[in-house]
Order: sequence, then C-alpha cells, then structure tokens
Amino acid sequence: MKNNNNIPRRDFLFTGLLTAALGGCNDKKNPFAQDEVVLTGEKVKLLSVDGEVIEIDKAFLKPIPDVPHLTNAEEREGIPGKKFVMVIDLARCKNLRKCQSACNHMHQVHPGQNWIKVLGMEDADHTAPYWQPTTCMHCDEPPCVKVCPVDATFKRQDGIVLIDNERCIGCRFCMAACPYSARVFNWEETLMASQGGSEEHHHHNSGPTSVAHQVKGTVGKCDFCPEMTRQGELPHCVSACPNGVFMFGDLNEDTVTNGAETFRFSELIKDKAGYRLMEDLGTKPSVYYLPPVNRNFPYESGLEKETGDEK
Amino acid sequence: MSNLSTLTNGRRSAEQITGDLVPQPFGKRGMIWVSVLIVLCLIGAFAYFRQLQEGLVVTGMRDYVSWGIYISNFVFFVAISLVGSLITAIFRLANVEWSTPLTRIAEIIAVSAITFASLIIIVDMGRPERLYNLLLHGRLQSPITWDVIVITTYFFISLLLLYLPLLPDLKILNGQKTKNLPWQNKIYTFLGSFWKGSEEQFKISEKAISILCIMIIPVAFCIHTVTSWLFATTYRPGWDSTNFGAYFISGAFLVGSGGVIVAMYVFRKYYHLEKYITELHFEKMGRIAVMLSLIYLYFNVNEYLVPAFKMKKSEAAHLEELFTGEFSLMFWFAILVGMIIPIFVMLFKAGRKPFPMFIVGMMIVVGAWFKRYLIVTPTLLHPFLPMQNVPDNYMHYFPTWEEWAITIGSLAGALLIITFFVRIFPIIPIHETITEQHEKAEHISVSK
Repeated sequence: MKNNNNIPRRDFLFTGLLTAALGGCNDKKNPFAQDEVVLTGEKVKLLSVDGEVIEIDKAFLKPIPDVPHLTNAEEREGIPGKKFVMVIDLARCKNLRKCQSACNHMHQVHPGQNWIKVLGMEDADHTAPYWQPTTCMHCDEPPCVKVCPVDATFKRQDGIVLIDNERCIGCRFCMAACPYSARVFNWEETLMASQGGSEEHHHHNSGPTSVAHQVKGTVGKCDFCPEMTRQGELPHCVSACPNGVFMFGDLNEDTVTNGAETFRFSELIKDKAGYRLMEDLGTKPSVYYLPPVNRNFPYESGLEKETGDEK
Repeated sequence: MSNLSTLTNGRRSAEQITGDLVPQPFGKRGMIWVSVLIVLCLIGAFAYFRQLQEGLVVTGMRDYVSWGIYISNFVFFVAISLVGSLITAIFRLANVEWSTPLTRIAEIIAVSAITFASLIIIVDMGRPERLYNLLLHGRLQSPITWDVIVITTYFFISLLLLYLPLLPDLKILNGQKTKNLPWQNKIYTFLGSFWKGSEEQFKISEKAISILCIMIIPVAFCIHTVTSWLFATTYRPGWDSTNFGAYFISGAFLVGSGGVIVAMYVFRKYYHLEKYITELHFEKMGRIAVMLSLIYLYFNVNEYLVPAFKMKKSEAAHLEELFTGEFSLMFWFAILVGMIIPIFVMLFKAGRKPFPMFIVGMMIVVGAWFKRYLIVTPTLLHPFLPMQNVPDNYMHYFPTWEEWAITIGSLAGALLIITFFVRIFPIIPIHETITEQHEKAEHISVSK
C-alpha cells in the first residue's frame, strides 16, 4: 500500500489492469526484476486506460506485489468491519454522465449497456423533473440473492452484493427479481474478449477481480468497485463526477465522501432528508438519495446530453 | 349411438381388440408427418447451435425483457404436462371408468411435454455447460431449485405411470413375436420380458400404480405452482400476485385437456379407433373442458379485474398495454379463443361432437400458448424505473428467427416423441380394454 501513494493513479490503474488481465503470469518469482527483461517475442493485446488496444511483449507483464490475491471464499467474505453506503445528491446532478462513462470504461461494460443509468425522472404531471443516477442498490435484503439458485450472486458482510461470474449459470432470475433494473446481461462476447484479449486469462485469475468481471452468458451489475474499496480508494463513479454527486463511505465510521468533501453520514441524511428508493418493498438499499432541492443546476441543463446521446 | 357402440364393443373378442390396437406402421401421411417434424427439429437444433456459438445475443431478449418465448414456452410445456395427473390420477381416484382409453394418451403427453420443458429451460440458460452448479452449489431458498426438484420428481412418476400399465400390453405384444418387426421385439423383450402376468405381479403393479396416482397429484400441483412462483416471487406488476399458483394450475388443466382432445381426435381418425374412443368420450371430455375453462376464466377475472379496479401506477401501465395497447390483440385473442368461445361451443351438445371438439381443442391449446407469452413478456416491459439510457431495441421485444426455430423445434420434438411412442406401443391400453370388455360382458349377461 505504501509505494502505491507515490505512483500517479492512472499508472496504478493501468498496471492493475494488466495484472487483472494476465493473472496467468503470476508464477514469475521476482516481481522487481525489471532491468533484466528478456523479450519473449510473444505479444499480448491489452486495453489501455484510454480505451485503445495496445500490443506489448509478454515479458513486461508483472504482478503487483501490493494487490492481495484473494481466494474466492475471501472475496465472498468482504472486508471485515466495513459496511459500505452511498449517498447520491440529486441537487447536484446535471446528467453529465461522467459517472457512467468512467464506470463503463473501468468495468469494460459492453457498448450500449450501462451499470449506472442517469434517469430523467418526473414522478407526476405537475411535479418537478430531476436527474437520478441509479446504481445497484446493494440491498440488505437483496431480492436477487434470494432467487439465485447457485449462490452466484451473494451479499458480503461489508454490504456489497457481488456476482461470481465463474459460477453464474445465466438463468437471469435475478434480473427479473431486481425491482431497480440494476442488472445487465452479457448477451454476447465481452468487450475484453472481442477486442483481442482473452477471457481465459480472466478465468484463471484468483485475484481481487475473480468474482467481478465480465463473462459472456452471465449477469453483470454495479459492484461498488470492490478492488478500489479494498485499497481504500473510492469507486470510479464517485471520483469521476465533477459535481460531487456521489458520496461513498462506511456506515460503521458514519462517514461519506465524494473525494473533495467529507460528511457525517447520519447528519447529512438528517439535514437533507435523505431517503431510499422503493422503501415499501423492504429491500433495504445501501444507496441513499438526497432530494433535488436548492439545485446547483436547472434540470434543463442536463437535456443537452440527453438529445446528444440518444438516437 | 354411444350405447350401441359400447354394446358392439362388448362382443369383440380379445383377439379382435388386440388386432385393432397393436401399433401400426406409419402410412404415407405418417411418414410425411414424421419427416416434417424431424426437419423442424433439425432447424431448431441448428438455431441452438448458432445460439451456443454467438451467445444469447441471437435472441430478441435484452436487459429489460430478459425472459422471452423460451420461458413462456417452458411454462406452456409444464402446463400441458399436468394433464397426465388429471386423467390418470384424479380420474382414477374419482372412479371415472370411461377414461381408460385416454390414460396413455394423457401420460405420453405429460412425459414428452415435461421432457421438453426441461430442455427448453436449458436452452434459455446463458451458461448451459454450468448446469452442474445446481448440484454443486444448489441453494434451497431459490424457487428454481424447487422447480428442478419437483419437475424431476414429476418426470419419473409420470414415466412410471406410463410404464407400469404398459407391462401387460408388452406381454401381449411379446406373445405375437412373428407379427412384430425384429427391432420392435427387441424393445418389447427388453422392457417387458420379466412380466409373466402372474397374480402376484399384478398385485404389486396395482399397488404401485395406486401409490403413484396419489403421489402425483401433490407433485403435479407443485410443479405448476412453483413455476408460477418464478414470477410471483418477484415484485413486478403483473407477476406480483397471490392468485398466481391457482391461476396457473387451472390454466394448466385446461390446456392439457385441450391437448388430449386434439390427440384423441387425431388418433381416432388416423388409426380408426372409433370403437374405442367413442363419441361418448368427446362428450365427457367436453363437459370437463367447459368446467375447466370456467374455472380458468374465474381466475383470469381475479387476476385482471382486481388490479384494474385500483389501477395502481405500476400496474396501470401494464394493464393498459394488455387491454388496449400493444398487446391488446393478442390478449383478447387468448381470452376469447382460448376460453370464451370454447365455453360457448362446448355448452351445446352439438359442440361436443368429435370434430367441433377437435377445433375447440386446437383453439384452447393455441390460445394457451399465447396466454403464456402474455404472462411473461409485457410485464418485463414495465419496470419500476423508466427504461432509459439503453439502445432502442432494448425497449421492445420480438423473438428472432432463432428463437422461433428453437421454440417450434421443441414443440415438434414433443410431437415426435408422441408419434414414435404410438408407433412402438399401443396408444390405447390393450389389456385394460380387454379386461373391461369382459367385465362389461359379464355384467350384461348377468343383468339379462
């Protein structure tokens, strides 16, 4: 964790991605033997942070020592002592969808699909419209987990609901069960596989992404970026939002932050009258919303994005 | 007329009956029928091969409509399979005597339908090769696990209820080896050579059948109730209903009896079984089908009228789509053709003659298939949160040719199983028919 603070974040992410993509190379003994790189001549295709496919020699791939390699069981446990919550401030959202693009990019979500949706809401004819980003609600009584026949989707003790894409049989009962329509399905070859990278390398990775990545024929959804939270970093949507709409934190510490500002969770919810979606269903979401009052932007400012985006 | 036919029947000897009922080779029409079914199955298999290669992207399903005609077809198959328990078990326990010639028809429909129900659910899976996870990591809290358990149980009970009553017939067929083709003899010997027809064997078999007939009723109720719970255990408008179990079961008995009526007519006509499947049978099945339609209609009224009275916001969009919107044509077709018109036709005596019954049976079955489509798809197009931020084709659903080919292939496959079964085994129980004729003849001679 120590040397991690020195490297710029993008670089860190990049190397992280490499390891994630090529966990097969983990058997190389000395990770610091950088100077003695012998080119193998074997090229591998990788997706860079800029979304381009790059080709590099296999010899450059090396594991990162400070990313703990977790077993499936450990990953299912979650991070001890944590209870993650998210607060989404509707007064700050102007439908920029930076959260969406960052999320899609970092999780290799298939084009057209989104783990985060920014919905233009209008509850009734004469009520005010507002923009509502929706993520997975990471319910404490998750209807999706209830119906999964093979324990492929599960609730961790830190509150995160995850999918084990190596176990999912693709029955899609969880998608029918989720009232928030948070789940998407990998209908075809995943982005990683179709751009030349191989799903196989993912498969053999027992690292932190072992239970949360894209596999054809299985279900995907917002995962609260468990590999980020394990390193004490914020989920990608939180750091991508320039307006600080998303606040993420730990209920046990009673703290949430959007990176720039930090709040006492209980006070924030109390002061701004926070609420959760579809409370009457009894799903007990971990995502709280702050009502769109005293808005930073008029609703209309978000329409630009809407017309530019949709066909 | 019907009395007359039973009387003449009574005078037929055991040899005549056997001669009438032994399986017949396919005629020219039979060969065409089988070829068409095989071609449909092969097209379906090719479509599935494509789906395995490309993924479920070849279907019209997307993130909102994540279940399509595979699932509605699955529900249809499970529904129609329930008729086995109705005609074999419920009628038997209720001492309905006239149902003897129909039991095997009902049971083979049950077995072939439940077989294809299982197959089609595998077709719907994104990762069929991981099916073993159900055993490795199966969790009892999921309704899918319940479905797997009860459907497997139902399959084996149905198979036994098909097989055990077949044993005395196999003995009859084994007794005329010269008349059979060599491959037939092989099957008959393999399946039934141990059956000597001794009193003790009959006693054991009778007892086993009685136990199975009692067992299959709760299991049959379970398979379709649990299937309805795949929907009713979710929050979605149109599915979130406490009415669903009874609604599904009543619909299942209706479509099953429709299926049996169609099969009765076809076998009767094609194999000239007029002496065995008499007008009386159509008359009786007609009365039962009217009752079943009325029960199903009752549950439909409950299912739609109660939420329509309240018009809760979430339900309203869904109901409007059904009543007057995009799905209204199909909705009213399923209600009128699948229930109301059959009721009116079958209420009249003339409507319970074989041919009108055949037409009504077809209407019931076709209406029921579309009804299942309406139960699955429109609901998924009305999620709680608005459908936004998705490509256009995510907001509609129409099955692709692959889905149609697989679905039609599965229906053809179920018909193929029934067709081959009829080619190999007597579709009307020979032994039971002979025994009943003897009893009847004795009864007549005593009363004289």
